[in-house]
Amino acid sequence: MSNEAPDPDDNGIALEATGLEKLFPVRGLRGRAVHAVDGVDIRLDRGRVVALVGESGSGKSTIAKLLALLIPRTGGDLRLDGEPISGRGRRAFRAYSRRVQLIFQDPFASLNPVHTVRYTLTRSVRIHRGALRGAALESALELLLDRVQLRPASRYLEKFPHELSGGQRQRVAIARALAANPEVLLADEPVSMLDVSIRLGILNLLKDLRDDLNLAILYITHDIASARYFADRTSVMYAGRIVETGDSESVTQRPAHPYTRLLIDSAPDPDQLTKAARKARGEAPSLVTPPAGCRFNPRCQFATDLCRTENPPLLDVDTGRQAACWGYSDRQDRPVLDDTLVGGRVSS
Amino acid sequence: MSTVLPTPATVKTGEPVLQIRNLVVDYGYGDDPTHVLREVSLTLNKGEVLGLAGESGCGMSTLAYAASRLLPPPGIITGGEVLFTRRDGSVVDILKLSDKELRAARWNDIAIVFQGAMNSLNPVYRVSKQLTDVIATHRPALSRRELDDRAAELLELVGISPDRLRSFPHQLSGGMRQRVMIAMALALEPQVLIMDEPTTALDVVMQRQIVEQITDLRERLGFAVIFITHDVSLLIEVADRIAIMYAGEIVESATASEVYRMPRHPYSDGLLGSFPPLHGPRRELGGIPGSPPDLAKPIDGCPYADRCPFAFDRCRVENPALKQTVFADLEPERLVACHLHDLPLAKVPVQLTRRPA
Ligand SMILES: Nc1ncnc2c1ncn2[C@@H]1O[C@H](COP(=O)(O)OP(=O)(O)OP(=O)(O)O)[C@@H](O)[C@H]1O
Ligand SMILES: Nc1ncnc2c1ncn2[C@@H]1O[C@H](COP(=O)(O)OP(=O)(O)OP(=O)(O)O)[C@@H](O)[C@H]1O
Ligand SMILES: [Mg+2]
Ligand SMILES: [Mg+2]
Repeated sequence: MSNEAPDPDDNGIALEATGLEKLFPVRGLRGRAVHAVDGVDIRLDRGRVVALVGESGSGKSTIAKLLALLIPRTGGDLRLDGEPISGRGRRAFRAYSRRVQLIFQDPFASLNPVHTVRYTLTRSVRIHRGALRGAALESALELLLDRVQLRPASRYLEKFPHELSGGQRQRVAIARALAANPEVLLADEPVSMLDVSIRLGILNLLKDLRDDLNLAILYITHDIASARYFADRTSVMYAGRIVETGDSESVTQRPAHPYTRLLIDSAPDPDQLTKAARKARGEAPSLVTPPAGCRFNPRCQFATDLCRTENPPLLDVDTGRQAACWGYSDRQDRPVLDDTLVGGRVSS
Repeated sequence: MSTVLPTPATVKTGEPVLQIRNLVVDYGYGDDPTHVLREVSLTLNKGEVLGLAGESGCGMSTLAYAASRLLPPPGIITGGEVLFTRRDGSVVDILKLSDKELRAARWNDIAIVFQGAMNSLNPVYRVSKQLTDVIATHRPALSRRELDDRAAELLELVGISPDRLRSFPHQLSGGMRQRVMIAMALALEPQVLIMDEPTTALDVVMQRQIVEQITDLRERLGFAVIFITHDVSLLIEVADRIAIMYAGEIVESATASEVYRMPRHPYSDGLLGSFPPLHGPRRELGGIPGSPPDLAKPIDGCPYADRCPFAFDRCRVENPALKQTVFADLEPERLVACHLHDLPLAKVPVQLTRRPA
């Protein structure tokens, strides 16, 4: 591990996973498993935000937990600062979790009900800053709560989780992660229960930390508009695989994969109520017996025999953009996409 | 761009199914309770989806819990009534039901999907058992086979493959657990469905599928929904009517499109104006500066006055009642709690006086 101070201009790789895989065995069905994460590559650069969006149940939280070493992976490699991470050993795990913090998806389950906000945050602050006490501790706690807009701090410090509203718990969970001053922040739906006003405040705060502390952030969300605003890059997941990745503006404004298109079209939009999603229907795939070939093929209007038999790799569609769709290959038997996707004819 | 909105004309108005009147809820006993709901009144009509929005901590969940009498201690209902119209037309006050009557009504008449629903399944039982238990309690005549079929049918309704029926809750993703709770709430086809942030863990495709499912069912079965969410775009799409809450009070109530296009309360204007657009040019976003007031302290005047760009002397001393807007004759149904609407039209800020059609 290098001891040099991080260079603020260096957007080197902080955390990188290749070929990440997680199979959950299914009891009573010998040899069968839930393919929760299936061959995912993901790279978190310092001072950058990567958004992970996609289907419910497609493996986003599992990726976050794998990256946080909370569950063992069944395949793939992990590197933090270039160092291979095995994920074994308590000491190594503690050192790792100091540097890589996870904000859990469910704020109702992730805060210990028997501890006050003060206790929870104090513990986290001390992990990073040692045995802080007295006025220094007080001001550290106040600053943390102020950052997540729980003001004044005195109103919240002595509260137990059950005395807080959903959005207030979510903010305590964010404060706890920030208290440890990590290098990598894995944020699983961190603002899903917050109103737009506070949501913006928190996202702007994370943006500042990204810039000031060179933090690498994985931002898992269902709010695609916020991914557009907040994330440098966006990756889209479907049934355990990444099906599209690229800079956030292009992915959200000119999707390449048919699933991404469906996702963007389905987002509620009060200014376009009439065009509201037409083709939302469709079975989500079983992950125990996933469809052969491209996992989206049963719901895809463009699917051909090729899509039903062979799994498409991520293919280049534009500079810095990739999509796992045969439509972007040069195969003879590739599906023909229409002009609603970047690969189709350019519409006027 | 077409801007036709679904007219709420299909909704039978004037037939209330749930009437919340002057509901007061405190947290904490003794001399020093926190007043979390302060005289909230709200009417839910048959077949209607009523949206509830507001900033975090303003009392939306408390309202949902109190109205279904599920408020955990130290929350206490200290005043008001919740009138429920039964299928036979008789009216009961939920707050006065015996425990036995309440148990019979729960799930069957009024069902609730909690905020944090993904955490409210019992971790030690399989999903199938939890679903069939709820159905069996209220429909004892059903056979094992019928119960299992119904459970599978409900899961498919919310987009979960029935091969997951035998999963334990921890084996499901956050959004899947949320959907199981929605399925459970729909299981007995209740008359009133209260949903507190039910789709926070769902992708927009699944969210749309479920919202459509609920809208279909409400047309077929005529139930009514209270839908609590911070997702303003979603709310405008699903709700017929919207009530905006601030600091334990309702500050504005109107049809969804009216609130969106012509907000009358400065708070609604701030709340609705700051969400990031998915389409079109990126714009810088503000948000409302400041935070909601501490409900543990007495509030003089309008609770929003400290943050309101238009506050004047009266706002700091007198809490405005919910009443008609400055356009009372043009939009008699609309209600707002804001002193500005007592001023002559020319003195009301233009943001709040977009003209009704
Ligand atoms: N412990 C487990 N045992 C078996 N299956 C599991 C387990 N944990 C997760 N899964 C399965 O793995 C898949 C991916 O789950 P994950 O929680 O990662 O989804 P997600 O993308 O975060 O979804 P959501 O958006 O709904 O939170 C799901 O099908 C889930 O049922
Ligand atoms: N047991 C309690 N003791 C004291 N205060 C409480 C208790 N439970 C809730 N509160 C306070 O009551 C207020 C309203 O809580 P509620 O859960 O109704 O908020 P909400 O509007 O649903 O917010 P969110 O959108 O964040 O879920 C909050 O400010 C909360 O801190
Ligand atoms: Mg998840
Ligand atoms: Mg709530």
